[in-house]
Amino acid sequence: MKEKLMFEEDLKKLQKIVEDLSGGKLTLGESLKKYEEGVKLAQSCSLTLADAERKVELLMKKEGKFSLEKFDDTDVAEEK
Amino acid sequence: MQKTSRPEKHIYTVFEITQAIKGLLEDKIGEVWLEGEISNFKAATSGHFYFSLKDQSALIWAAMFAYANKNLKFKLEDGLKVICFGKIDVYGPSGQYKIIVERIEPKGIGGQQLAFEQLKKKLGQEGLFNPDHKKPLPLMAFSVGIVTSSKGAAVRDILQILKKGAPCVDIVVRSVRVQGEHASGEIAAAIEELNSFGKSDLIIVSRGGGSSEDLWSFNEEIVARAIYNSRLPVISAVGHQINITLSDLAADIFVETPSSAAKIIVDRKNALISELAGLRHKLDFSINDALGNLKNRLIALTHMLKSPADRLLEKQQLLDELSSGLNYNMRHFLELAKERSGSLIQRLGALSPLSILSRGYSLSMLVPQGVILKDVSQIKKGDQLKTVLHKGAFTSLVQEVFTDERKTDV
Repeated sequence: MKEKLMFEEDLKKLQKIVEDLSGGKLTLGESLKKYEEGVKLAQSCSLTLADAERKVELLMKKEGKFSLEKFDDTDVAEEK
Repeated sequence: MQKTSRPEKHIYTVFEITQAIKGLLEDKIGEVWLEGEISNFKAATSGHFYFSLKDQSALIWAAMFAYANKNLKFKLEDGLKVICFGKIDVYGPSGQYKIIVERIEPKGIGGQQLAFEQLKKKLGQEGLFNPDHKKPLPLMAFSVGIVTSSKGAAVRDILQILKKGAPCVDIVVRSVRVQGEHASGEIAAAIEELNSFGKSDLIIVSRGGGSSEDLWSFNEEIVARAIYNSRLPVISAVGHQINITLSDLAADIFVETPSSAAKIIVDRKNALISELAGLRHKLDFSINDALGNLKNRLIALTHMLKSPADRLLEKQQLLDELSSGLNYNMRHFLELAKERSGSLIQRLGALSPLSILSRGYSLSMLVPQGVILKDVSQIKKGDQLKTVLHKGAFTSLVQEVFTDERKTDV
């Protein structure tokens, strides 16, 4: 998943933006641009963490080749 | 000095006496349990072990042949106190007696425990547990590889906690046997396979609780090495007790239970969510701060910047001030002028020719030009003159002109 791959980088970008913004040395135009970018990054990072579509798979190896099979986790109790 | 000698004087050969001793020792003593401290230990290339056992006052040589020592879990070494079981043997060719050891156990602790301590020491010296080698966990593990039995309790525990606390995490299970003879090889291979498969951010090596024998596979050298060599960070979560396995020591992080391993990831996720909220808050704060500052500057500048209406008012005010000043000045000036003109009129009255006339003087002018005469050169005989007196006037004709007034006799 692309967002997951980008997560660490995005979070670092976000931290940098917050740092830049709080430095207070930017013009209004720059500040607004950074702010907008920061809000987008924060949203995308939060969404990535909130994702609930997990995959559970079993790694198999046959004749030196890897394959993934669905792992049945339905008996994993779901607490509501 | 003996007076009588034995009727049969038997002279032994070396072999005979040795056989006699051998018979005595091996039959009379035979199999024994023996306690002592190992010294002079040597492992021959043949696989046989040779050493001596000693206590404070005696020493006996010992041999443990390859067939007997091949399943030994711990290492024999000098200084180790042991209890062994074996048979006394006399070896004729070198004239030695020794004990042929069949079984050996360290004294005080179990052999398995000793093996653990020895391997731990060895791997420790090699640097397998070195803190410098520990890899940091990824900021967030979105894909976790689990090495455990797919049928065990450990995988259920981990899956359940992740499902509840961090459902954004994908999971790849590499199922292995977690106890028995083949377990360690499978665990080590699975760690390598998850590394080469390459879709995980970290690996959890786990099994549920059990006796220390059940957990033994996680104390095998091959497993410790596989964990040490893993490129991906490894969390070791073996057992349900505080038994520390070599897997734990070699891992980047170890926890007591499979659940705790999953909780590390859940905690990480929750910490990130808090951090994101904090960053989001800082973003808003910073932009509001920036806008607030600008607003204040704008207000200050607006104060400095006069509007045309303000300027008009200001000019009007100035005009009002000036005009009221002007009025005052004018009045003052007029009053002054009036005063001055009053005195002038008075002086003028004093200087008026008319008032001179009242004193008997007269004023003559040429008619019709009306030029007032001050000099006789202005007139000639026959000119008509008009003379003004204090009261009334008259005209006359010039009869004669005298240029020298002093000669005039009237």
